Amino acid sequence: MYQAEAFLLMQEKELIPYLYRTEFRKITAVLCRSLGIEHISVAEDLVGDTFLLAAETWGLKGIPQNPAAWLYTVAKNKAKDLLKRNTLFSQKISPQIQYATDDKHEIEIDLSAQNIQDSQLQMMFAICHPGIPSEAQIGLSLRILCSFSIDEIADAFLTNKETINKRLYRAKEKLKQDNVKIELPPESEIDKRIENVLTTLYLLFNEGYYSSNNNAVLREDLCLEAMRLTHMLTENENTNKPAVSALLALMCFHASRFEARVDSNGELILYEDQDISLWNRELILQGERYLNKASTGNYLSKYHWEAAIAYWHTTTNNEDQKWEKILSLYNQLLMMEYSPIAALNRTYALSKVYGNEEAIIEAEKLNLDNNHLYHCLLGELYSDVNLQKAIEHLQKALRLSRVAVDKKVIKNKISKLGKLKNV
Amino acid sequence: MKEFAIIYRSEPMGEIKLTAEGNLVVSKEWENWMGGVAAQNKLVSPGMRLGNEGRTVKPGNIITNGPYAEVKEIVGGLSIFRAESIEEALEMAKSCPILNVTEGSVEVRDIIQMNG
Repeated sequence: MYQAEAFLLMQEKELIPYLYRTEFRKITAVLCRSLGIEHISVAEDLVGDTFLLAAETWGLKGIPQNPAAWLYTVAKNKAKDLLKRNTLFSQKISPQIQYATDDKHEIEIDLSAQNIQDSQLQMMFAICHPGIPSEAQIGLSLRILCSFSIDEIADAFLTNKETINKRLYRAKEKLKQDNVKIELPPESEIDKRIENVLTTLYLLFNEGYYSSNNNAVLREDLCLEAMRLTHMLTENENTNKPAVSALLALMCFHASRFEARVDSNGELILYEDQDISLWNRELILQGERYLNKASTGNYLSKYHWEAAIAYWHTTTNNEDQKWEKILSLYNQLLMMEYSPIAALNRTYALSKVYGNEEAIIEAEKLNLDNNHLYHCLLGELYSDVNLQKAIEHLQKALRLSRVAVDKKVIKNKISKLGKLKNV
Repeated sequence: MKEFAIIYRSEPMGEIKLTAEGNLVVSKEWENWMGGVAAQNKLVSPGMRLGNEGRTVKPGNIITNGPYAEVKEIVGGLSIFRAESIEEALEMAKSCPILNVTEGSVEVRDIIQMNG
């Protein structure tokens, strides 16, 4: 279970944030399940208070032998106290409060590993309920399933605490109104419900992978959390669906390039320019294992296509075959579901197989004039064909782009082409 | 945006190749063409390839063998595209690979949704 040795090496100052990250979500999920969806905030506050008490007590008396167990006991007692007080309150004043119990029927707060795991999975399905807007789902997931503080979530979304608090409040109200149950959906519905869970995890991962945030550590954290939650779905036999493995494979392949895609100044390095030796072989192998696991059943999700595309991006021998495969996979992905980014990437793959001039004809049909990536693509394709046009497109991309990292890449490209033009 | 049926005709093309799993083997040429339409967000449905087995019933319980008893060209399949106008749909049809085979042609028809 817990590595007590690791705890011994940690000072209280770093131990509490570490435990907050790993234990807040576990205790909160269990408490939510015991108290009901309408009391998410009560559960959060209880666990928050528990950590405050830990900070005070451990500072004075030293770190307990098993810090996680200490937290569980304190949180459990706090919850029981609250329920007891609430029972008195509810018997005398407000009988309608739902989580009231009588003294004989004490509510069970089960912090066993199994129940923690189950509660977290059930919370995942509750939070990713189709009635909640996706931004709020991601925010609530970060808070309840990933132990992010409100500040961290605000940072991740490049916004302020108030906005996030409001967003989470509205999401919790909606869960309450819709009376969403904290439970795994019945087997007949799981395929449909899991789609929404996977969409949220996919967006959470992308938020980290493609976000405009300059904080590389935070971005990587978002990706790792998305991977952890997806992995959790593979561990339960009811939720271990091929599409889940496909999504996890996709995440592993992308994550394998974490180190290679950012330079020492935090600037983005494009795929073509990356140092291949920095790609993480272990993650690529893990991705391959999940992709194999995903190839059962007779339904292919969009994650299957995307994972296969990502797999081919990790290969380095046989460039011709690689781009032909990638083009073919993008064709099939697009036939299943259109997205502007897939349309642009397909056209890039087409240029690799059939040349830039052919790809320019296809690109100009895409009707994505307001998309900065569209102009980046045309800038790239024209750079071997017509320098003036290439620069014009890149300048348009620069005007449309709102992301600092992207702007930097575009500016570099413009100045590179500008030098060529003046030769 | 309107929807259009894209109907592929050609002379009978013989055996239709299937993969081990029973899926249609699609040539690179067709896949790239269809992928190009999909990349413009104009593919409603890749539709279907029609097989070679067929019979036609006529009044008086007359059944003729095959879809191609009397005609040189047959309908080989159809897809559904999305376009602003029939001209735009035709523009996409102009690069259809069916035009490279004998008697190949594409018919573009507007679609009227049935209620209920």
